[in-house]
Amino acid sequence: MKLPRLFLSLCVCACILPAPALAAPKKLSFIPLWSPQAQFAGYYVALEKGFYRSKGLEVEILKGGPERPADVLLKEGKADIGTLWLSEAIKERSQGVRLVNVAQMVQRSALMLVAKKSSGIRKLQDLDGKKVALWESFQLQPLALFRKYHLHVNVIPQAHSINLFLRGGADAASAMIYNEYHTILNSGLNPEELTTFFFYDYGLNFPEDGLYMLEKNYNRDPAAAAAFVKATVEGWKYAFGHQDETINIVLRRMADAHLPANRMHQKWMLEKMQGLIFPGGAGARGGELKRADYERVASELAAAGGWKSVDFNAFYRDCVTK
Amino acid sequence: MITFKKGIAFKLALIFSGSVMLIFVLIFGTYYRFTRKLIEKNTAENARNLTLGTVARIDGILRSVQRGPDNMAGTMERGPVAREEILGLLRSELEKNPEIYACGVSFAPYAFGKNEQYAFPYYYRTKKSLTYSWLGSSEYNYFLADWYQIPKESGHAQWSEPYYDEGGGNILMATYSVPFYRLVNGKRTFTGVVTADMSLGWLRELVATIKILDTGYVFLISKNGDFVTHPDNAFVMNQSIFGLAEELGDTKLRAIGRGMLGGRTDFVHTPRLDAGKPGFLYYTPVTSSGWSLAVLFPQVELLADLTRLNWLVLLLSAAGMLVLFVVVVSEARSITGPLTHMADATAEIAAGNLDVDMPETRSQDEVGVLSRAFAAMQMSLKNHIARLTEATAARERIESELNIARDIQLSILPKIFPPFTGMPELDLFAVLKSAREVGGDLYDFFAADPEHFCFVIGDVSGKGVPASLFMAVTKTLFKATAVRGTPPEAVLDQVNAELSKGNDKAMFVTAFFAILNTKTGVVEFSNGGHNLPVLIRKDGTVEYLWRTKGMVVGAMEGMEFERGTLTLAPGDRFFLYTDGVTEAMDRNKVLFSDERLLRELKLLKGLPVKEVLGRLLTMLVDYSGGDQSDDITMMLLEYKGPQPG
Repeated sequence: MKLPRLFLSLCVCACILPAPALAAPKKLSFIPLWSPQAQFAGYYVALEKGFYRSKGLEVEILKGGPERPADVLLKEGKADIGTLWLSEAIKERSQGVRLVNVAQMVQRSALMLVAKKSSGIRKLQDLDGKKVALWESFQLQPLALFRKYHLHVNVIPQAHSINLFLRGGADAASAMIYNEYHTILNSGLNPEELTTFFFYDYGLNFPEDGLYMLEKNYNRDPAAAAAFVKATVEGWKYAFGHQDETINIVLRRMADAHLPANRMHQKWMLEKMQGLIFPGGAGARGGELKRADYERVASELAAAGGWKSVDFNAFYRDCVTK
Repeated sequence: MITFKKGIAFKLALIFSGSVMLIFVLIFGTYYRFTRKLIEKNTAENARNLTLGTVARIDGILRSVQRGPDNMAGTMERGPVAREEILGLLRSELEKNPEIYACGVSFAPYAFGKNEQYAFPYYYRTKKSLTYSWLGSSEYNYFLADWYQIPKESGHAQWSEPYYDEGGGNILMATYSVPFYRLVNGKRTFTGVVTADMSLGWLRELVATIKILDTGYVFLISKNGDFVTHPDNAFVMNQSIFGLAEELGDTKLRAIGRGMLGGRTDFVHTPRLDAGKPGFLYYTPVTSSGWSLAVLFPQVELLADLTRLNWLVLLLSAAGMLVLFVVVVSEARSITGPLTHMADATAEIAAGNLDVDMPETRSQDEVGVLSRAFAAMQMSLKNHIARLTEATAARERIESELNIARDIQLSILPKIFPPFTGMPELDLFAVLKSAREVGGDLYDFFAADPEHFCFVIGDVSGKGVPASLFMAVTKTLFKATAVRGTPPEAVLDQVNAELSKGNDKAMFVTAFFAILNTKTGVVEFSNGGHNLPVLIRKDGTVEYLWRTKGMVVGAMEGMEFERGTLTLAPGDRFFLYTDGVTEAMDRNKVLFSDERLLRELKLLKGLPVKEVLGRLLTMLVDYSGGDQSDDITMMLLEYKGPQPG
């Protein structure tokens, strides 16, 4: 009997006491899509340089990685905000997970196809009849590309490493411009020996890393979400303006996570992220999800697997332009 | 001390040192290049031998591991093999080959059994024994593993990229995978992969035992260019040679890396690979695995002896150059020193100090010769000047004597004009200007008696003292001979006789002797080869007297002289002169001439006798430009006629 009464009185107290949130920083936990690397430099920089704190946020960046998927942590409420690819988020929403996009950080698809010219691949049509290794979870764009250009491609599964491609087990393979492509170059292949295909060149730009929250969490404090987004954009701008400092921050994060780190690789990654986040140059606002991008990805998903999508306005909460 | 600056010594030192330096640089440069090439060649040779052995050992071990899976793949291709049989084969493989840590057969989906998507028998070592697992599940989907997929897709057996054992421990592993095929419906179909896992710990140890100088080392790179072994552990499987090239901004290193992955063997210079320092790299492939073994020789160490030699040679040559410089300078100064001394001495001598010290030199070279010649010159100059001083003193003495002689000579000539008050019938003036201190010209006039006035003019052959003495004798003779009543030709005859007696020198005199009767104006005269006098009549006619017979006086005895007679009217004038007048020469050796004399006399006719002679003398001096070549003597007599009282 005592317990419910106590609970009730606590509730009453919480209601009538003035909200202390104005003075005390709001706590937010953030889960990146993958283990620490320059792909998330903007978040680390925003945290280290105090951009979150100056917006009244106390942000904790959780350790990401393959064993700690961002979507799972978001769904389980173990993280308030996280990065997901737009296509993945639309699929989740289609499956009933009420995620909302609060910002689209990466505007361009970093996913690409790489082929060796020695395999006789110099233009898109040359992929016809060739063996192309694709990552299981990132097949949406390549398959749409093959469909669009009527290419009959022998698709084989691709593991995390790029060795299958390097050893000649595949004529072409998928790669991220900021990651595997650099690995390929640093395995001794020269850019002029490679043919590269970027999806945004073929009308299949699927913006990748975006910031997502559960709708109910967002509704509880939209201002905190907006503050997080604005501080993050600020963090990215600072990161691109201070690359050496940023790389040091990233390398420290990687060391903390006991990950092998290579400065040149992180430098490459950071440079490539700039083109993906601010494709229009450093002066661009950044962080906005464009209706056209959303609808393109949604319609390709519908065509590929019958994924149903919600209205743009139900999916997106604009924290940038407001 | 820097007196040699810009002097011969300095120039010589500069030229010598410069030339020697140039020659030295050329020789040593060539020597250095050659030696360096030789060292590189030897190093490449050593490296080749070293790596050949190492690569052969690595290849040997890898190939011994390869044999098991190769054979087993053959067995698997012959047809389905029962579970127990596979495990038996795998176990015996591990027993046979201690190098292998684990081996397994991973079947393609449903290739082992129609209902078994995954089939992966895997035998491995534990600390105590050999044990096995039957792997493969939706959790462990080996179909995507590199060791399975790469041989499957490429169709070749191959070594995987080295990797760290997942089971923990810092053990570097590599897996050798062989694909095997079976005929399914008459078609060669991929059925699975036989694998052997191997620890690469031995590889590190093997490579670590190879000593390359003090700080050189051996390293291995994988097919991706990743460092499989490297003295810096942070590089192992975390850095590729291309990543390092990117970090160092070393495009050459990237090219080297590509050469290594291309299976080539080469000896190259690498500017920064050795922690930013230059070195030499020898690399050669490990053919069984596609890796590449490289030996790095730090340049500093490899060329240490050569560098030491460089310094030694540099030091020696610097010292040598210094010695050369000093020697050249001192040697050059032994040349220029006396020269400078001589130059100073010469300046002293020029200033008049003949007693200045000349540098003493015992050397036999050109400077010695010059020095001695200078000393000799100084001596002879000194002697010469002494003699000159003496000679000058002697000449001055003679000159003063001559001046005295001149005074004496002039004193014997009459100098009172008009001559004497006893003869108012005539006026007369005479001048004698010798070309030298003493001359050979003479004139004289005297009264033989109150009515007869004698006058004479003469010119002795030759000049100077002998002529002057001869002149004095002649004058005395004329005075002594011309006594009253002696006709002029007889006077000349007697004077000739006296002079020619014992005249060894064959000297002679031209003379014109005349006697004027002051009462009548009659002039009797005789000419001993002398210039014709000029008769200036009062009416203005001016003419030369006619020549009377007679040769020079004193040359030979018994000469005949003729008498001439003419009468002077009052106012007539008689002009006598020596050849110094008509033969006076201007700068162009043009004679004053007889004609000119006549002309001038005509113009001067009305002037007093003294003024006529004064003007003529001035004219002659001007004409000859002060360079009088012969004695000049002139005498002008005017007959005034008988005077009352």
